[in-house]
Amino acid sequence: MSQYAIQATQLSRHFGDLKAINELDLQVKKGSIYGFLGPNGCGKTTAIRMLTGLLKPTSGEIDVLGYKLPQDSAKLRFLIGYMTQKFSLYDDLTVKENLKFIAKIYGLSHREQTQRITELLGIYGLDNKVNQLAGKMSGGQRQRLALAAATLHKPELLFLDEPTSAVDPENRRDFWETLFDLCNHGTTILVSTHYMDEAERCHKLAILEDGIKRADGTPDELMNNMGAHVIEVDTDSPRQLKQQLVALPDVITAAQLGSRLRVLIKNSVSEPIEFLTQQPSILPTNALEIVRPSLEDVFVTCTGEGRQ
Amino acid sequence: MKSLLRIQAIFYKELTQLSRDRMTFGMVIMIPLIELMLFGYAINTNIRDIPVGVVDHSQTSLSRVLTQTISATKVVTFTEQFINIKEAQAAIASARIRAVFIIPSDVEKRMVRHQSVGLESHPSSDEETSRPIGQWIIDGSDTMIASAIKGLRTMPLTELMSQPANRNTPTFEMTLLYNPEQRTVVNIVPGLVGVILTMTMIMFTSAAIVRERERGNLEMLITTPIHPMELMIGKIIPYIFIGALQVIIILGLGHFIFNTPINGDLGDLAAITLLFILASLTLGLVLSTIAQTQLQSMQMTVFILMPSILLSGFMFPYEGMPEAAQYIAEALPATHYMRLVRGVVLRDVEIFDMAPDITWLALFTIGGLIAASLRFKKRLD
Ligand SMILES: Nc1ncnc2c1ncn2[C@@H]1O[C@H](COP(=O)(O)OP(=O)(O)OP(=O)(O)O)[C@@H](O)[C@H]1O
Ligand SMILES: [Mg+2]
Repeated sequence: MSQYAIQATQLSRHFGDLKAINELDLQVKKGSIYGFLGPNGCGKTTAIRMLTGLLKPTSGEIDVLGYKLPQDSAKLRFLIGYMTQKFSLYDDLTVKENLKFIAKIYGLSHREQTQRITELLGIYGLDNKVNQLAGKMSGGQRQRLALAAATLHKPELLFLDEPTSAVDPENRRDFWETLFDLCNHGTTILVSTHYMDEAERCHKLAILEDGIKRADGTPDELMNNMGAHVIEVDTDSPRQLKQQLVALPDVITAAQLGSRLRVLIKNSVSEPIEFLTQQPSILPTNALEIVRPSLEDVFVTCTGEGRQ
Repeated sequence: MKSLLRIQAIFYKELTQLSRDRMTFGMVIMIPLIELMLFGYAINTNIRDIPVGVVDHSQTSLSRVLTQTISATKVVTFTEQFINIKEAQAAIASARIRAVFIIPSDVEKRMVRHQSVGLESHPSSDEETSRPIGQWIIDGSDTMIASAIKGLRTMPLTELMSQPANRNTPTFEMTLLYNPEQRTVVNIVPGLVGVILTMTMIMFTSAAIVRERERGNLEMLITTPIHPMELMIGKIIPYIFIGALQVIIILGLGHFIFNTPINGDLGDLAAITLLFILASLTLGLVLSTIAQTQLQSMQMTVFILMPSILLSGFMFPYEGMPEAAQYIAEALPATHYMRLVRGVVLRDVEIFDMAPDITWLALFTIGGLIAASLRFKKRLD
């Protein structure tokens, strides 16, 4: 048995001229939570659709739980669960009817259905919403219902496509608790997101941009191996300072945080503090401090204008 | 076993959704009701009371009696008098009247010599007697109206002269089976079953898969272990009941309101109707796998519906259509059902005598179900 739940090599998917996914290599360890972090349109959904067998890759190999995709996708149906980005249960059915429908589709016996549904309603706090129409629920409730439906048949591998995009931070935390519970019971989870705090909770993550994997690793690895220094500058006029600093070729970006400026400087500069104090725009009164990089810094460094 | 459970799941889901969709549910009942009233009352090929005018050049009592005799046929109603033909033609052009009857000034002279009055019998080759009594100028654009008035061409005028009826023996003896009173509605009502089923059954199912796609449910559905065939069958079953309900409405109300007969065996009727419902539903499913949006599926339904009304024999006899149209008609399930349902309802035919039509519908259903399942890929691209 392979230790990987998902292995993809040189996976590509083109829509006409657009390379939605471009030569993606991916390895997801069993029992881990793997994150796709990337901006809108970077190809997260496209990648997940290929890994669930819904889309045919233009080229590349996919092995999911020992099955080759897309040929063997039918055999995977009982083993994987998929929570789509857009709510895809029936708006005009109630919570219970939706879950019952899914339970029957997965062939649960009558007793198993009742038992499993009661269990799920408890786990996801939907007990008092049993007879509510799914279309009339709040974003957070709907997302819990969708997760309940996706995990109803106890899949080994769970795909979650931006599961928390309509959820407040409080509920998001609770949601992640349930994900860790699932993970503790041995479920492998692949989750896409564009929230940094969520990405930081993953065991491992890949940063995607324009269909290309820019970096991957554990959040710590990514932050430690980041090709840049992070320095915070205390200043009275952060906006002007920012404009002057970003003009320098060695400065990747500068972002304002209240009265401070967070400056990313290329690794090729060995003494970043020295480098900054030499700049005429930095006053001696400005306090400079090297800080620990955050995931956002990693993201900025390896995507967008930060990438060279 | 699992398969049955999945079909039942889809069936139950469709039924629940349908029961919450008041609009659609209303249409299920209203479409047959309204169409039945429309076709039952409005469509009538036995045309009566066509408004016509008269130009009376003779102005005699005879000419007035003549118009009254014509009125008595109930084919036309004289609504206007005109001084000259020009005025009358203007009235035809403005569609106030459909025809004008012109009575010549020598109408009396013509009448006494005319054979239809039956006073004397002249040899018909006689130049004098072969002159008609009056003239009709007809708006010929509507062929049905024109032919109704043309039916007056040789009307007997014996009563006019208080003569005993002309007891000519007809050339042929005619016996009208199945619809001796020649009421259009008798032929229309069974045909209407075919038209309404074509419309509603195809319309419902052609939207079936597309709706799931449009609402995003398809992406969830195809990651589940459901087999396309299970999905198709589960989606069809609820509409079988709806189709049956509509048939009962049409034939039942037709029987009570328009007194249309149901001569055949009800079991036979149920069997052929079920077959036709299945054929229409699978046709709808095939369309549903082709259409990308619900609007497209509606357009395709209309595309099938028009020939099903016009070519199936519902409105115009199949025999009168050009060969090419007959080929198209043969391909439509409605044509075969039209023959079957009229056969059973009007003529109490043995359904085994209609085996070709039954076989065709059965093959169509099986073929359609397979085609829809094959076309439905469990993939998004
Ligand atoms: N069916 C399709 N046909 C053509 N282009 C597509 C199709 N699906 C996706 N794309 C394109 O592929 C790119 C990646 O899309 P994708 O939906 O995978 O992005 P995403 O990372 O999920 O974005 P978001 O965060 O907004 O959900 C986009 O540019 C999109 O326009
Ligand atoms: Mg997406």
